[in-house]
Amino acid sequence: MGLLSRINGSAHLLLWSEIGIGMAERAVRLPDVGEGVAEAELVEWLVKVGDHVQEEQPLAVVMTDKASIEVPTPIAGEVVWLAGEPGQNLATGSDLVRLRVDEGRDDADGSTVAGVDQAPDPGSGSTSVSTPDPASGPASDPDPGRVAGRQSAAASSSAAIGPTISAASRDAPSGPGAAGRAPGGRVAAAAAASTRPDDPAALPGLSSGSADRPLPARHGEASSAGAPGRRLRPGATPILPRPVGERPLASPSVRLRAREAGVDLRRIAGSGPAGRITHDDLDRLFEQGPQPAPAGTGLVADESVEDIPIIGLRRRIVEKMRIAHEHVVDLTYVEEVDVTELETLRARLNEQYKDSGRAHLTPLPFLMRAMAIALAAQPRLNAHFDDDAGVLRRHGGMHIGIAAQTAAGLVVPVVRHVEARDLWSCAAELARVTDAAKGGTATREELSGSTITLTSLGPLGGLMSTPIINYPEVAIVGVNRIAVRPHWDGHAFVPRRMMNLSCSFDHRIVDGWDGAVFVQRIKALIETPAMLFVS
Amino acid sequence: MNEIHCQLLVIGAGPGGYTCAVRAGEQGVDTVVVESGRAGGVCMNVGCIPSKALIHAADEYERMQRRAQRTSEAGLRCAGVELDYPQTIAWKDAIVDRLDGGVTAALKQARVKLVSGRARFRDGKTVVVATETGDQVIRAENVVIATGSVPAELPALPFGGIVGSSTDFLAATELPRRLVVIGAGYIGVELGTVFAKFGVKVTLVDLAPRILARYDVELTRPVARRLAALGVTIRTGVQVEGLDGRGRVVLATPAGEEHLEADRVLVAVGRRAALADSGIEELDLARDGPFLRIDERCRTSMRGVYAIGDVTGEPMLAHRAMMQGEVVADLVAGHRRVFDPRAIPAICFSDPEIVTAGVPIEEARRTHADLLVGMAPFRANGRALTISDGSGFVRVAARADNHLVVSLQAVGTGVAELAAAFGLAIEMGARLEDIAGTIHAHPTLGEAAQEAARQALGRGEALR
Repeated sequence: MGLLSRINGSAHLLLWSEIGIGMAERAVRLPDVGEGVAEAELVEWLVKVGDHVQEEQPLAVVMTDKASIEVPTPIAGEVVWLAGEPGQNLATGSDLVRLRVDEGRDDADGSTVAGVDQAPDPGSGSTSVSTPDPASGPASDPDPGRVAGRQSAAASSSAAIGPTISAASRDAPSGPGAAGRAPGGRVAAAAAASTRPDDPAALPGLSSGSADRPLPARHGEASSAGAPGRRLRPGATPILPRPVGERPLASPSVRLRAREAGVDLRRIAGSGPAGRITHDDLDRLFEQGPQPAPAGTGLVADESVEDIPIIGLRRRIVEKMRIAHEHVVDLTYVEEVDVTELETLRARLNEQYKDSGRAHLTPLPFLMRAMAIALAAQPRLNAHFDDDAGVLRRHGGMHIGIAAQTAAGLVVPVVRHVEARDLWSCAAELARVTDAAKGGTATREELSGSTITLTSLGPLGGLMSTPIINYPEVAIVGVNRIAVRPHWDGHAFVPRRMMNLSCSFDHRIVDGWDGAVFVQRIKALIETPAMLFVS
Repeated sequence: MNEIHCQLLVIGAGPGGYTCAVRAGEQGVDTVVVESGRAGGVCMNVGCIPSKALIHAADEYERMQRRAQRTSEAGLRCAGVELDYPQTIAWKDAIVDRLDGGVTAALKQARVKLVSGRARFRDGKTVVVATETGDQVIRAENVVIATGSVPAELPALPFGGIVGSSTDFLAATELPRRLVVIGAGYIGVELGTVFAKFGVKVTLVDLAPRILARYDVELTRPVARRLAALGVTIRTGVQVEGLDGRGRVVLATPAGEEHLEADRVLVAVGRRAALADSGIEELDLARDGPFLRIDERCRTSMRGVYAIGDVTGEPMLAHRAMMQGEVVADLVAGHRRVFDPRAIPAICFSDPEIVTAGVPIEEARRTHADLLVGMAPFRANGRALTISDGSGFVRVAARADNHLVVSLQAVGTGVAELAAAFGLAIEMGARLEDIAGTIHAHPTLGEAAQEAARQALGRGEALR
């Protein structure tokens, strides 16, 4: 999962219906995942019907504009209903999961449902609870009774946004009176965070996502809580997904038969106990699948076609690229830059400051500084073009988006206010936001608001590229690979470290001349890097 | 001498080599096998088989001693016990000869040509064999390196004089009075036990902090107790410095230097790949430490050159080499095969025996955060009490999420034969419920495996 933050807000729980004595169905509703969005895309279910979930266990991953968010359950119970299939959009406030809850047990074990708001919501008359705030963690209030006394209708709604969304965390009311309440009797959300300066979650802008992420072991524990055999209904042959990297389970005769038929057992789900692949599974495969190639060649024709739903981050990328393609009229300009001096300087700086605790310098911070200087002379390139309104929104702040590859796909974390950062600050912030993006802990704010974009594939940078404008921006700087190439200095060929810049501009706004001037200015600064430090 | 051309050339007629050659020959592959010594390799001639013969003889002798000393609990008495050790060795040699004859006959029946002499690679597909009648050149489409391993030498105690390897000690017709065994791995413990039972004063020395350090402490505890009862002195955590001027073994201990009286010294500190003097070095095959690197099809880094058995590293076990040999024979015959065992059972024929299959328990604990472990002691097993003092146990470990058995071990008298059941269970992907739900014959040692599976499941589970 690429960008993943835990939702720290409040999922509303609705008393669904009473089932017999001591049992009730409750609905966990899709919480407002931030910025007042009306709906969110369901990316992945982390539970299935029949699973027993523990409180705070993540139920699903949903995605809004840019970030993936895990929605945890505020109470324990058995999953009896799921809202839809991955890829569907769900309205905020609609039912996400329905749980069968053992009320009797809950009563006996006060900690389990201490957070259930017994006071009816004035609007709906339903019962709701706030989701646990994972960030509050061990700072929980040990006295449920005391917390219960403070709890108010306002509290559960005001704590809707937790500290992983940093802007919201700052906005959240502080002080004990505003504390949301978690089911475990914990003081939750922003109030708890703000009273604990040592808690990273309390620092604005610092994501607490990684600390809050549930351990994978907990997933396994919970999803397999039913243990083998016991959850299986008679007659059903559930196909258990095998964790990546795990060896397929099959007897030697099945393995031999598969090997001879050229079948890779890693691609087959087993219907047997513990996911064992049986001869029946192979029979089924041979009935439907392609005929295996004759034995002995070692080569197998693969005629499989797999439909991969384009959902989640990939769907966002598809949408964004489509819009960019429909609107922007591209102009790409490629120029070579002699980076010999820059690389010498960079190596020296890195050597000199290697133990200083400063960030390691890649070529990118130098380029960011060069872009800042060049943009100061050509402010129209640091802008958003709102073509519907016919307005070019020129930004004073230079917020450079950095195209970064993550496991899930391309994301663009943003280094803000490059015009106000020196080289080291650029390097440090660049490392921080790209690490956050790759680690899946970047906040919404860190993933949006760029005014111009810088894209580099490092050693994979190739000779040239045609970068796609990060709509609605009007310019993007692409960095190609650095290589030693012969350079004619007027007398002889000398080896120089050369690098191409492939830059695209929205030709509707940026004339070829302007784009060329911009790139030439960057080239001049990079080739004589001392100029980067002269104001 | 005319060159020989063949489809498959196997170098070494040990368990891996002859299995490979026979299976290839049976499938009509034109096969030649080269062996510098006797067919059967280390295992049959100077390893598993002869050592098992001596272990059996020593067991019998030790039991008879107890009867003669009127300490047999079963009430058996005898008047006097004599040991004709040269006859014991001759009996062992006769068994080896019989098996050797069997291997030679099997090769012949499979139409495999056996060339005697030391092979030397000229290139990846050509070897020169120094035979009694001159150099024989053999060219082959496929070559299998199955040259095995030789006892590792200690620089401080080179072989020669009173210092010998397991090979020397299995052949010697005289018993020493005082024997120092360097290395308390399975070879050192097995032979140390044999000689102790034959009345030799044995001292086991190892640098490791305990004997059989490859196994966990629980598995080795009954063996350590038995060695102590047999009068074997165990010196662990000490370094061997060499021999002093009077032929005593010099030990470096935390308390200072020590000198051990010894008539003979057995060095059993492991085995190394037999690659010297074969021209294999010049082939420049990729290595995996001191061994040849192979892939899942036993292919080396050179096309058409395979390697199987001890030259490819741990575990150095005959049955692993045999299965690798079958895989390669099938590959050469045009089938698709890989060597992908889930379990390679291993047995230490100590007293009592240790058998393991699957991953070692410590590794299982590291890999699986939740591990179900069940243990059934033999003191509650009827059969065990009739053949031994009931020491030892069977232990099973399974994944908690799906109850898949990942590891089976046992220590106890006669448990070596459980290796078949253990290996089959893991290879077939058995779950705890499969073992618990299989009727195990009563009264047998195997019942303990069923009981261990029940223990791992917990009583309530087992009743479902």
